[in-house]
Amino acid sequence: MPVPADYLRYPHRSRGMDHDRYEWSILFRRKPVDWPGGARVALLVVPALEWFPLDMTGKPFRAPGGLERPYPDYRYYTSRDYGNRVGVFRVMEVLDDLGIRASVAMNSAVAERHPFLVREVTRRGWEVVAHGVHMDRLHYGGLAVDQERQQVRESVGTLRRLSGQPVTGWLSPARSESDNTLDLVAAEGIEYVCDWVNDDMPYPIRTAHGPIYAMPHSHEIDDRVILLDLHHTEAEFVEQVCDQFDGLYREAGRHGGRIMAITLHPWVIGQPYRVRPLREALSHVMRHAGVWSATGAEILAAFRAQA
Amino acid sequence: MKSDPGLYDYWPYVDRPTLTWPNGARVAFWVAPNIEFYELAPPVNPVWKGVWARPVPDVQAYSHRDYGNRAGVWRMMEAMDRYAVRGSVSLNVALCDHHPEIIEACAARGWEFFSHGIYNTRFTYDMSREQEREIIEDSKRSIKEHTGQDLAGWLAPALTNTEHTMDLLAECGLKYTCDLFHDDQPLPVKVRSGRLISLPYSLEMNDIIVYSYYFGTPRHYRDVLRAQFDQLYAEGARSGTVMCIPLHPFLVGQPHRVEAFAEALEYITSHDGVWVTTGREIADWYYAHHYDAVAAAIAARAGA
Repeated sequence: MPVPADYLRYPHRSRGMDHDRYEWSILFRRKPVDWPGGARVALLVVPALEWFPLDMTGKPFRAPGGLERPYPDYRYYTSRDYGNRVGVFRVMEVLDDLGIRASVAMNSAVAERHPFLVREVTRRGWEVVAHGVHMDRLHYGGLAVDQERQQVRESVGTLRRLSGQPVTGWLSPARSESDNTLDLVAAEGIEYVCDWVNDDMPYPIRTAHGPIYAMPHSHEIDDRVILLDLHHTEAEFVEQVCDQFDGLYREAGRHGGRIMAITLHPWVIGQPYRVRPLREALSHVMRHAGVWSATGAEILAAFRAQA
Repeated sequence: MKSDPGLYDYWPYVDRPTLTWPNGARVAFWVAPNIEFYELAPPVNPVWKGVWARPVPDVQAYSHRDYGNRAGVWRMMEAMDRYAVRGSVSLNVALCDHHPEIIEACAARGWEFFSHGIYNTRFTYDMSREQEREIIEDSKRSIKEHTGQDLAGWLAPALTNTEHTMDLLAECGLKYTCDLFHDDQPLPVKVRSGRLISLPYSLEMNDIIVYSYYFGTPRHYRDVLRAQFDQLYAEGARSGTVMCIPLHPFLVGQPHRVEAFAEALEYITSHDGVWVTTGREIADWYYAHHYDAVAAAIAARAGA
């Protein structure tokens, strides 16, 4: 049996993308962006505060960091919970010392379970980014739209109520979306989304409720990916953060302001032996002139003002 | 099924009551070798079937583990002797019957024995309360008979737990569990009756995690142990911390790995303010000096 004839038809075979969410655009052929104060690089640090329920189903797939053993998996549950109890405070100390304000991607379940953490984030002037409900409530192709709308509303509504912030940024748990996710978050007033990893700068995305923006959020400069997936050492983590920064910093001299996004998980980087490497990496960034530590919403505002 | 274990309250690692250790030490340092016996042909647990990756007999995996008892543990013991570090043995208690020479050698050094179940190939999944109580009581009897010690601590076999495990440990008079990884300090565990604390054991400092999950080199393991110590030692100036090195003799006791481990021990024990101790001693100290104050502080916070 050969493949059906349709298999050799290409209905989207034309210039640009094979969908209409965003335009094809080359990073190096855009109008240069100026950051406030003439900064070359905007530093966007995004720690994730996540909750992996003990009874998680892992459906339709297990989010990275999800529980692996039969119920009750105290081993992985408590190892992840460590980040919200202990690790996050080590990360906060490093960022405070270096004068860095973060944008915290927070499951709304974390905010409900730990109002103390919400206060620790907001009193620092850090931004709360909606990160879904929890790590077993995924958004994915095939999820009923009413169910997904309820998840978006629960996440955004809870985080707005508990943080007192407008909450205009969104990161899907496991960076997973359905075809409806962008429309649903835009309907709730979300202005930027961190799921798409195809650019180093913001770009507009079409939704049923008007345009929103994709915001760089690194899946490469990510503690969990580098240390746990790729099994690189802590020293190699530091090297890669520094190299990423150096590359962007150089590039900004010719192409205009850039964004350096760093993705952190306190249950990973907040382990005692990993805190000094984090400090080393971020110290390298912050000792340069022309670095603007900013939140996602601030970066978006500066970007939009010139768009 | 519960979405939260219900074993502890949220307790952020800031503004806690200060923990003190004997002689003003900053870090309570303990080493927990897992001395294990893996069965060649274990029965299959209905919930979790995977003991061996290959059909029985899985010669390479079985003999790799067995290396620990024949060769590795003796080399590891020698390295610990050099720096006067006593072990707290996480023991598959059937090993008392299989390899009494190892038990005698550890006991002669004044090491502690806590239980890691009967065999690492017998998981607790689907055990009734009575069955799980039976393995705890078997552990108490076996360790008492072979070492004269009263069992104080528990690390579930292969880290398999049931919803009843913590209640049963407390009912059977045990003092501490190593199965919770939520904190760097000992903490009360909520149990139905009696008292139980979680003692910081560690996945991250565990040789099996570094070697077999992260695929680290021996020198990397040494560096990680030192870095962990440096941070906990620095934090220990504010309030006492605990550092545990969990080991597996079949890994750490390989000739190419044991000296890197010894170098880490040399580094850690060369510092002032390090209480080189055992699990039982940390638990006893904690119950005597901190348990009540911490439990009260957590309760006050939960009510606030």
